[in-house]
Amino acid sequence: MKEVIRLIIVLTAVCSLAGFSLAYVNEKTKDARAYQDRLKLLNSLNIVLPEHDNQPDKDAVEVSGTVYYISKLKGAVNGVAFETSSDRGYSGDIRIMVGIEPTGKIISIAVTDQKETPGLGSKITEGWFLNQYKGKSLQNAKWKVKKDGGDFEAISGATISPRAVTDAVRKGLEEYEQRKSKIVEAANVVQ
Amino acid sequence: MSFSNELMKGIWKENPLFVIVLGTCPALAVSTSVENGIGMGIAATFVLVCSNIVVAAVRKFVPDSVRIAVYIVIIASFVTIVDLIMSAYFRTLYQALGIFIPLIVVNCIILGRAEAFASRNSIFLSIADGIGMGGGFTLALLMIGTVRELLGNGSILGYNLLGASYIPTLVMILPPGAFLTYGALTAIVNSLKKG
Repeated sequence: MKEVIRLIIVLTAVCSLAGFSLAYVNEKTKDARAYQDRLKLLNSLNIVLPEHDNQPDKDAVEVSGTVYYISKLKGAVNGVAFETSSDRGYSGDIRIMVGIEPTGKIISIAVTDQKETPGLGSKITEGWFLNQYKGKSLQNAKWKVKKDGGDFEAISGATISPRAVTDAVRKGLEEYEQRKSKIVEAANVVQ
Repeated sequence: MSFSNELMKGIWKENPLFVIVLGTCPALAVSTSVENGIGMGIAATFVLVCSNIVVAAVRKFVPDSVRIAVYIVIIASFVTIVDLIMSAYFRTLYQALGIFIPLIVVNCIILGRAEAFASRNSIFLSIADGIGMGGGFTLALLMIGTVRELLGNGSILGYNLLGASYIPTLVMILPPGAFLTYGALTAIVNSLKKG
């Protein structure tokens, strides 16, 4: 009995100490982590959105679970950005920030998160690959990689990752198309 | 058993990767580039030194029957601290290492040193052991990472060294390359040790 009490005391002491120190570090790094998160978001928004004079991460509307970031110049909506993802990459989710004109034409896209094979699938983050999506819309392109009879170049040795990117962007555009009226309506309310 | 002896032991005589062959899973997985290798090595060394210190400090109070549970709580806490700090201040590296940061908890080098060394020795010697073993691990990761990044991508730390005419041997940054490099380096280190 005495032994059991000793075990309980030791384990309780160790675990509470661990708990307190973790809570302390969590509190101390909270702001820095939030700052890094916002920095990452702002970075990708600045890449994919046109010149604007508002704060797209503040002027955001949520429609059916997706957040749409609205960019404005002199009060007029000139771009919408949203994050889309695919779980059909080579490893883990590929997340992509897509910036479009309100009509649905792509301004630019940026990869925000990927764990593809370094040197192979990870080439989806390179400019030559991402640039081929510029100016494309659901109407003016076949949303498949060339190997599958579409319009987009794949990467030699890694077809799966470009296929996933193309898929994700197409899915995002289709969702935007469906929700367009709601988004535009909500965007005008957010002034 | 002096401080410097313990320090050198982990780096050469009992190198965790090349001689004891512990912690090979993260070593094979993250050594695709020099930067990842160093980052992983430093993170693991930090956890190892801190957990060694605490384990050595509490070794007289912890009953034998719950020691493993106590060690794991200590190790897991330091890993979470590293995880939080890296996510706050070293975001790029944090993303590159991904799941392997939380997985330092189950890196057998760390529990192995807590059990085999820190639970039986003073805090002072445990620090030396931690730095030595962590240093040996980092050094080994650095060597594997250098070979793989150079052959597989033609670069070191992102700087292209072999020029545009070099066609990267892609297999080196894929999992088979990890095994090939690790095997070859282990053979070289062990033959040097004997000779």
